[in-house]
Amino acid sequence: MTRGALPRWADYGLMPALNLAAAFLASGLVVLFIGENPVEAVKILVWGSLGWNEGIGFTLFYATNFIFTGLAVAVAFHAGLFNIGGEGQAYLGGLGVALACLALDRYVPWWVTLPFAVLGAAAAGAAWAFVPAILQAKRGSHVVITTIMFNFIAASLMVYLLVNVMAKAGSMQPETRTFEPGGRLPFLQDVIPGADFGTAPLNLSLIVALMCCMAVWALIWRTKLGYEIRTFGANPVAAVYAGISPVRITVVTMMISGGLAGMMAINEIMGSQHRLLIEFVSGYGFVGIAVALMGRAHPVGIILASILFGMLYQGGAELAFEKPAITRDMIVVIQGLVILFAGALEHMFRPGLVRLLAAFRPTAAQAA
Amino acid sequence: MTPAIELKKIDKSFGAVHANKAIDLTVAKGSIHGIVGENGAGKSTLMSILYGFYQADEGEILVDGKRVDIPDSKTAIAHGIGMVHQHFMLVENFTVLENVVLGAEGGGLLGRGVAKARAELKRLADDYDLRVDPDALIEDLPVGLQQRVEILKALFRGADILILDEPTGVLTPAEADHLFRILRVLRDEGKTVLLITHKLREIMAVTDTVSIMRRGEMVATRKTAETSMTELAELMVGRRVLLRVDKAPREPGRTVMSVRDLTVRDSRGVDVVKNVSFDLREGEIVGIAGVSGNGQSQLIETLAGIRHAVAGRIEVNGTAVDPTRRDIDPSRIRALSVAHVPEDRHRMGLVTRFFEYENAILGYHRDPAYGKGAFLDIKAIRDAARGEIEKYDIRPPNCLLKTANFSGGNQQKIVLAREIERDPAVLLVGQPTRGVDIGAIEFIHRRLVELRDAGKAILLISVELDEIRSLADRVLVMFDGALVGERPPETDEGELGLMMAGVNREAAE
Repeated sequence: MTRGALPRWADYGLMPALNLAAAFLASGLVVLFIGENPVEAVKILVWGSLGWNEGIGFTLFYATNFIFTGLAVAVAFHAGLFNIGGEGQAYLGGLGVALACLALDRYVPWWVTLPFAVLGAAAAGAAWAFVPAILQAKRGSHVVITTIMFNFIAASLMVYLLVNVMAKAGSMQPETRTFEPGGRLPFLQDVIPGADFGTAPLNLSLIVALMCCMAVWALIWRTKLGYEIRTFGANPVAAVYAGISPVRITVVTMMISGGLAGMMAINEIMGSQHRLLIEFVSGYGFVGIAVALMGRAHPVGIILASILFGMLYQGGAELAFEKPAITRDMIVVIQGLVILFAGALEHMFRPGLVRLLAAFRPTAAQAA
Repeated sequence: MTPAIELKKIDKSFGAVHANKAIDLTVAKGSIHGIVGENGAGKSTLMSILYGFYQADEGEILVDGKRVDIPDSKTAIAHGIGMVHQHFMLVENFTVLENVVLGAEGGGLLGRGVAKARAELKRLADDYDLRVDPDALIEDLPVGLQQRVEILKALFRGADILILDEPTGVLTPAEADHLFRILRVLRDEGKTVLLITHKLREIMAVTDTVSIMRRGEMVATRKTAETSMTELAELMVGRRVLLRVDKAPREPGRTVMSVRDLTVRDSRGVDVVKNVSFDLREGEIVGIAGVSGNGQSQLIETLAGIRHAVAGRIEVNGTAVDPTRRDIDPSRIRALSVAHVPEDRHRMGLVTRFFEYENAILGYHRDPAYGKGAFLDIKAIRDAARGEIEKYDIRPPNCLLKTANFSGGNQQKIVLAREIERDPAVLLVGQPTRGVDIGAIEFIHRRLVELRDAGKAILLISVELDEIRSLADRVLVMFDGALVGERPPETDEGELGLMMAGVNREAAE
C-alpha cells in the first residue's frame, strides 16, 4: 500500500466535501469582511439555485456547459495531457453548430439538424485541438502552451468571422441571424409534461451531455482505445513497450477532448441563444478544468461537480441581485475560492485525513 | 552496552495483509546488521516504521535505550536515523553540495549554510573516505557516486544509524565492493549500519550479524561468521532451495531468429550496439553476459521493436524484419511470436497504477480473445488473469488488486505469465530475477528451462553471471556494444569476467 492512501469513500466523498467546506468557510470570511451576513448569503445562494423552478432550470443549464468542458479536460487527463484550450475549442464548436443550423434550419425539423450540429461542433472542436496535438506529438511543443495560445487565435478568428463574414446583413451586431425553429433545440419544459423552468433555457442538450458522460465512461474503461489512453497516461514507457503509438494516442485523445469541448456550443448556441454570437463561451472552458479536477476525471464526479458550479453561477447571480454590496466580482471571488480549494489546494487536507483514519484502522482490523 | 536500536513486538497490518508480526530486533551499536528475506517478507515495512514512513499498529521502538515515537522522517533524523533509499532522492540538475544541504539549509540565505556544509562535507570525506566533488552535478555522476551522495546526506544530518535499502541493486560489482569498504569504515568509526538485502553473498561479505525475515516474521538472528549461505537460504524460504538449475542437455533445433550486422545508435549519436550477429535456435537458451551498460539493453530493446537500428537485418521464423524502418514497433514484433520480458518491470513492463488484470493484457490488449472490435471483454480478461495467477502462484491471488501492491517477485511473475502464456516462438528476457526473492527466482528459472525444453528459443540478458552460467546453453559475451566471443556455460568465471572487461585473450597470447 502506498503512503497517503485513503479508502475509496474518503477519497471520492469526504475529500471533496472537506475541500468544499473549506472554500465556503473562506468565502464566508470574505462576505463577513465586507459587512454582510454570510449565513444569509449562503441561504440566498442555495435558494437562488435550488429553491425554485427557474433557479433549478438555470443551475442545470449552466451545469450542462460544465459537463461538456469538464469531460473534455478529463479525457485528456487520462492520457496525461493537460488540455486547457477548452475555451477556444468550444468557441470553434459554436461555428460548427451555427453552420449546421444556418444551413438546415429552414428546411428540416430540429431533430434532423441536431445530429449535424453535434457533428459540426465535435468536428470543429476536434480540428482546433488537432493542431496543438500534432505539434506536441511530432515536435514536442507542450499542449499547455499551444492550447492556451489557440484560445486567443480562436477568439480573433471568431471576431473576424462574425464581423466580416457571418454577420446579419445590415446589422452592426457581431452575430449571425437568429435560427428558425429547425435550428433550435426544444426546451425541457416543453418536452417533459408538467415541468416548468420559467425563463431558464434548459434544453435537450442536458440529455446529450448525460449521453456523453456514459460514452466517455465506456470509452475510458471499456474500450481498447481507452485502455491505450490510460496506459499512455500512467506510464508512457510501458505504452511504447506495449506497441501503443504515442503520436496516435496524443492526437486521438486531444481530438476527442476538443470534440467534447466543442459540443458545449450545442447547449449555448442551438439550445439557448439560437444564433452565433461573440464571446458566448465566457469562461466555461476554463471552469471545466476545475470541474474535471473536482470530479476526479470520472463522469459521475463531473456531473456532481458541474451541478455545484451551476449552483455557484445561478445562486451567485441571485446573490449579486439581492445584496448590492456583494457585487458580481465578489461572486467571481467565491468561485475562485472553490476552484482554489478543490483544485490547487486539493491535497492540503490529505495527510491529516490519512493520519486521522489510520488512527481508527487498528480497531477496524481487529473487528475484521 | 546499550543497543543502538531495539524493536519490541512491532506489529503492522495493511488491511488484510499482516506485514509485520510481533517483530523483535536488537541492533548492536557499531555493527553492520543485515536483514534478509524474500520480497514481501516485511523488511521494507519494518524499516519504514523505523524511519517514520509508517506507524506501527503495536510495539515500541527504543533508540539508544530510550523509548521513542517516530511519527515522520524528520523525527527519525532527529533521533540520528538516516536512510539511503533504493531509488535515490536526488535533484539531478543540482550539485552534490546543493543536494546535501537541501532541506537543511539553515536559514533563508544560502551563503553561510552552504559554506558550513562545504567544510562539513570535507570533514566527512576525510573521516569516512567518502570522496565526491562537491561541485559536480548529480546527473554527471555514475550511480555509485550518487549513492555516496545519499550516504553523505544522511551523515550530514547527523545520522548515527544508517539504513540502506537494497543498496547494491543498481551498482556494478566493483561499485558494490567500494560501498562495502565504506560501510566498514563507517562501522569502525562507530556508526551503526542496517543493511536490507536479499543477496546472501553481500550478507556474508559485509555484515557482522544477520536477521532473517519470512512472511512478516523474524525467524532467526545469526552471527554472520557462524552461518552459511545455505542455512540463510533455507531460513529465508523455510525449506531447502535449489541454487543450481536442473537442466538436461538438449540438441537445439532449427534457427528461429537470426540477427545480422545489427548496429544501434543512441540519441547522442554514439553506436551502442556494433555489428552484432547471432542465431537463436529452437530449444536453446542463449545468454548474453556483460557488465551492464555495454549495449545489452539497447540490443534487446531493438529486437523487441522498441528502438530502431541504423543498420542490420533480423529474420524471425523466416520473416525478414528491417529494424531500421520507422514503422517497426513492438506490436509488429509480437505478431511474429516474439515475447519480451523487459529489464525494468516498473518502468516498462507494468503500469503499476493498474489493476493486476489490466497488466495481464499489456501489449496483447488488441487480441480478439480480450474483446471483439473496439471493446474490451472485462470478464474474459479477468478469467485469463485468474488462470495465470493460479498457474504462476502469484500472491496475493487477487486480480482486482493494484499492481503496485504486489511484491517485486510477484510483479515479475505477472510479466512472465503474460509473456510466456502467449506461447511465443522466441522469448527475449532481460534481468528476469532482478529484485526478486529466492523462492521466485527458483520458480522463474524452472519456468524458463521448461520453455526451452518445449522447443522455444530464449535470449537471456542478465547482470548476474551465475544466472547466465546456470541457465544458458551458450554464452555470448558483450563488451562496448560488440559481441566479443562465444563460450560454453561451463567456462570459468574468471575467463568470462576478463572477456566482459574487454581483455582480449587471443590478442594477449
